[in-house]
Amino acid sequence: MADYDIPRNLRYSREDEWARIEGERVTVGITDYAQQQLGDVVFVELPAVGKSVEKGEPFGVIESVKAVADLYAPVTGEVVEVNADLAGHPEAVNEDCYGDGWMLVIAVSDESEAGELMDADAYTAYVGERSE
Amino acid sequence: MPVQYAGILAEHRAVREAAGLFDVSHMGQIHLRGPGALASVARLVTCPVASLRSGQVRYGLLCNEAGGVVDDVTVYRSGPEAFFLCVNASNVEKDYRWVVRHAGAGAEVRDRSAETGLLALQGPASAELLAALAEPDPRPLRRFRFLEGRVAGRAALVSRTGYTGSDGFEIYCAAADVGALWDALLQEGSRGGLVPAGLGARDTLRLEAALPLYGHELDDETSPLEAGLGRFVDPARSDFVGAEALRRQERAGLRRSLVGLVLEGRGVARAGYALTHRGAEVGRVTSGAPSPTLGKSIALGYVPPALAAAGTELAVTIRGQSVAARVVPTPFVGKA
Repeated sequence: MADYDIPRNLRYSREDEWARIEGERVTVGITDYAQQQLGDVVFVELPAVGKSVEKGEPFGVIESVKAVADLYAPVTGEVVEVNADLAGHPEAVNEDCYGDGWMLVIAVSDESEAGELMDADAYTAYVGERSE
Repeated sequence: MPVQYAGILAEHRAVREAAGLFDVSHMGQIHLRGPGALASVARLVTCPVASLRSGQVRYGLLCNEAGGVVDDVTVYRSGPEAFFLCVNASNVEKDYRWVVRHAGAGAEVRDRSAETGLLALQGPASAELLAALAEPDPRPLRRFRFLEGRVAGRAALVSRTGYTGSDGFEIYCAAADVGALWDALLQEGSRGGLVPAGLGARDTLRLEAALPLYGHELDDETSPLEAGLGRFVDPARSDFVGAEALRRQERAGLRRSLVGLVLEGRGVARAGYALTHRGAEVGRVTSGAPSPTLGKSIALGYVPPALAAAGTELAVTIRGQSVAARVVPTPFVGKA
């Protein structure tokens, strides 16, 4: 099985997004597993600040050389920041998916919703199931 | 063969600037031998065959009676009565049945796909690299010529052909020797920038070179003329399957033509996306990818011949959005 970086301080969705929860602010990106599956990212389409996103619903699109995939919101809320640097440097998603490759910050409407996301152990098991 | 090793972009660049090694052993080889082999091959493929000399390769199409493409193949002549066709992996069984059905008397047909390994060594550094391992020296070999010799001590057929648009070689060997040859080539070539390369880079490379991929640009319903492959159809012959249909098509005019497109907006045009002209759908994308060499998205697709001229402004529908695209001459990169 390939090696994936799964930081312990983050939460994870079944659609392979990570969420860094800081009170009502939740920063979102895609996991190392997701970026490795996609390969070289060439384009990330993100919503505008102020837009509402809903847990489990697509908020944007990520395109790599070989594939295109929807990006799903791990929590419900309003987009308060987007990573504008990704427009010019989409490769940041491959190079540093948990850092410079972040995508947006959502102000959540219901803080308890974030608790439903997987922790690092659960996500590691979930990735393992699919990498057999 | 995996989609990628280090990453499609890195592998793609390595092939354009140095060299990449692809294990394409999944491709098929159908051999024809005997006094009737020449006539049988001539009946099967669209390209000139009688003028093919021993040690020479030609690209051609297997067509059905309606002029549709059964497969696109390379035809190797290894002796006066010995030929083989290198065919697409997905078509081996279909092709074998087709060849058996149309081969004439005096030709023994054998599918040797399972016992044959095939490595593609592609990129400008290929010749120097291979010269260190191959006997005889492959460097003087011209494009579309091959020789039988040894590579890393193993019997191999070395052909100056490929599917990337860069210089390179295809190396046929016994299936059992593929692993050893793969290791020997990578070990010899790593200092010169050789990397293992996968299906992803194979696809972006062939797309930049505007080389068709069966199942995308070609199928049983598409003719070589529509696909822009008329130069691989021998105008002097009417003895191959499909010749009459192709001649009829040429007289009546084509329904559609394959074009190369460069996207002027953002996004990637993927196979199946609609092509529009002034808001009306006029065709479909057959292949598309970001071109690592050009830094723009490129695509191939079918449109009515009236919209096939270079410079024609079309659009691709990407997730409901119309993205401008311009018809350009192909290949997108380098010479085919």
